Amino acid sequence: MKQVKTLVKKTLKKSACKGGCGECQTSCQSACKTSCTVANQKCENEARK
Amino acid sequence: MLHLYSKNGINIVLDVESGSVHVLEPTAYELCRLINSACEGDDAVKVCTPESVFSCSSCPAEIKNVLVSDFIFDPENIEEAFSELKSLYEDELLFAERDYEINLPDDYPIKALCLHISHDCNLRCKYCFAEGGDFGHGRKNMPFEVAKRAIDFVIERSGTRHNLEVDFFGGEPLLNFDVVKKTVEYARSIEKQHNKYFRFTITTNGILLNDDVAEYINREMSNVVLSLDGRKEINDSVRYDVAGNGSYDRIVPKFKKLVKNRAGKDYYVRGTFTARNLDFASDVEHIRSLGFDQVSVEPVVLDKNDPLAIKEEHLDRIFSEYDRLTDKMAQIHDKGEFFNFFHFMIDLDQGPCVVKRVKGCGCGTEYVAITPDGDIFPCHRFAGMDDFKLGNVMESFDTKRELVDYFKKSTVLNKPVCEKCWAKYYCSGGCAANNYNCHGDILKPHEISCEMERKRIECAVYLKAYAAVNEE
Repeated sequence: MKQVKTLVKKTLKKSACKGGCGECQTSCQSACKTSCTVANQKCENEARK
Repeated sequence: MLHLYSKNGINIVLDVESGSVHVLEPTAYELCRLINSACEGDDAVKVCTPESVFSCSSCPAEIKNVLVSDFIFDPENIEEAFSELKSLYEDELLFAERDYEINLPDDYPIKALCLHISHDCNLRCKYCFAEGGDFGHGRKNMPFEVAKRAIDFVIERSGTRHNLEVDFFGGEPLLNFDVVKKTVEYARSIEKQHNKYFRFTITTNGILLNDDVAEYINREMSNVVLSLDGRKEINDSVRYDVAGNGSYDRIVPKFKKLVKNRAGKDYYVRGTFTARNLDFASDVEHIRSLGFDQVSVEPVVLDKNDPLAIKEEHLDRIFSEYDRLTDKMAQIHDKGEFFNFFHFMIDLDQGPCVVKRVKGCGCGTEYVAITPDGDIFPCHRFAGMDDFKLGNVMESFDTKRELVDYFKKSTVLNKPVCEKCWAKYYCSGGCAANNYNCHGDILKPHEISCEMERKRIECAVYLKAYAAVNEE
């Protein structure tokens, strides 16, 4: 495409299939103790990788 | 739902329900913006739907005419842009609808503890949400017996979860460091037999750090959070001891030494900004100038009447600081240097799954805080609030059903305001404690936090777009 650069395709729907294993870090245990921030957490589900 | 914004000449479109992110040339961006406005029904162009627009073989005349007359775009370029946007739409990468179920469990295993190893502190930070370290319930350290029961509790309540987390928190956890060490030793001694793996983290103000403590932290803690607010005058104006002496000079050399020996393990130098330092990008830069490359500086959480509280009238200034920081981060990227600002971290491709994105931090369900007396609270921010006491590990490993059910509802799917927000899958509905403290309801987002979170997400996605555009 000439006018569109897609950085990422549909990740959410894909992640619904194999997501929810809960092995990832709780967001407040990383650095934020006052401002819920989730999108920057790492996925630790081997089945998704 | 789309979110469109431009920053420094880069036009970005987030397709909310699919999670797709696109960078568009000007013609495609204006076309997309017009189609979105038309579909949202908030612009001069007649109301339509993405389906009706993209069922056309060429750009609808009403839209094309606006682009030609108001924006002086070339008609051929418009048709090319239309064709490309149509292709995205057909691939469910633009105006996507959620056509799948997000299955949330009926019961959550508890996998993470905020262990309040000490409700005492050797600093008296002016903005402390823990009321000087004791959470309003008296200064005390957690006895090892309580910490041991807490470890047994999380093992028993964690079901099949393998990775368990314990954050040693306070107050100041180094005031009870022997119990920290005994707790780690105890957890390690039993984790294999239960098929668990503990990750330990610690949050410290650094006053009691010495070589032995630092060596222990670097060996045992997968992450360490080091509290420093930035420039000396800023830090010392809010982070001082009982006698009023600032902490900066005592902690910075210790933090430098600890990080030097961290051997690649995670750490954050974490600061708080208040109404007093709305130019907080300078504090981030200062922390970087000290040699730290993993930094988080977050807005203070205070009652709105506190002079240090972040208020609505501060937002424009805060946004411009996030922009300033973003531009600085882009310059750092251009130089090929590494610098990580916690709130600008985003993994667009392999980040958290949608289940995590709708349920957020998991407070009160997967994540709980335990006080020195063994009381269980939904998280560290609710500690000491008697209405939110879930139980006590010394009495039982049960948690109060109705409270857990209340926190289970805390997903973006149950928050009407969030359901309409483009940022919902990035922020997950905000901090339950902030929501409660502001509105008396964990399901009603704290608007000022929302505004700042949306700005941070825009900056974070922009930096990804900037890197991608400049790779070409």
